[in-house]
Amino acid sequence: MKETNLIDHGFMDARIKLIDVAAFLDRVERHGQTDDYRYHALKEAINELQSDEIGRVAKILNRFSDHSTEPIDKADIQGAFGAPNPNNK
Amino acid sequence: MRYIEPHAHMVSRTTADYESLAYAGCKAVNEPAFWAGFDRSSGDGFYDYFRQITEYEPKRAAKFCIDHYCWLCINPKEAEDVGLAREVISIIPDFIQCDNVLGIGEIGLNKNSKNELLILEEHIQLAVDHDQMILVHTPHLEDKLKGTKLIVDALNNHSKIDPSKVIIDHVEEHTAKIVLSNGYWAGMTLYPESKVTPNRAIDMLEIFGNENVWLNSACDWGISDPLSVPKAALEMRRRGYDDEYIDDIVYKNPVKFMSQCDKFKLR
Repeated sequence: MKETNLIDHGFMDARIKLIDVAAFLDRVERHGQTDDYRYHALKEAINELQSDEIGRVAKILNRFSDHSTEPIDKADIQGAFGAPNPNNK
Repeated sequence: MRYIEPHAHMVSRTTADYESLAYAGCKAVNEPAFWAGFDRSSGDGFYDYFRQITEYEPKRAAKFCIDHYCWLCINPKEAEDVGLAREVISIIPDFIQCDNVLGIGEIGLNKNSKNELLILEEHIQLAVDHDQMILVHTPHLEDKLKGTKLIVDALNNHSKIDPSKVIIDHVEEHTAKIVLSNGYWAGMTLYPESKVTPNRAIDMLEIFGNENVWLNSACDWGISDPLSVPKAALEMRRRGYDDEYIDDIVYKNPVKFMSQCDKFKLR
């Protein structure tokens, strides 16, 4: 395998995505829509970016996951929302 | 470059997409049975769908020198209706002997409900009864971790399941180890909005290794890209991987898994 400079390769892409996340948070707050559980899930997950340990992706995915273990009684919907709704017990 | 597209819902794609796949070097597509974007009202709808993926799609693919294989089931999104699901399961044996059928799939879970799990277990039994390989769908987003654990438990609980003949698809960084450490194959799906990007898939190959994994597009009627596998191959090349490594991932690995079924014979 030929060694590639991963900063050259990926910095601009990561920069764009990070700024887009910041813009999204600003937009939601300017419009006063911060009472949605997904906004709070996103803000909490962002904390993982400050970790000094490799494995940030899995940690963020785990934060966005339902950690219950038993099957639910009935599937009332077919879609998913990206973060577990704390009101669904 | 040569490659296999091991998970594509070609019934939702245009003939021009087959042409694009061929231009990109695709030698074969694998089409698991799936949700059509709406719930079908009877087993007859599935009967016609199974005819489409066993009779019509192979001919459409062959026009572009692409081999077409498929997998049969009622997908987990429609499995909440146990009566319909059992009706569909009852007609699957009529199609299992078709030349291009490699196994049962994509079975699995969607919202991790009791009925979905019941029908998953009945599909697993169907596969065992007919000595079929299995292709598994794992749930989306917040449901994936729990669903993957439930699926692995259901498979592990069956004494006659050979993990080497089961691929569990749509793994991400938090589920790949659960699948691979239990001896199953893992599929990485390049469907950026809800699954992984090419760079994340390549990262996972670096972290979890390149044994018993495949890359797929799962292109369907949603916002998806039938050329995402060759695009990931280009990304691998940009990151310094050589042609031999890329060929292992996008061609030899899927061929190795699918060749466990005698019906898989590349032209």
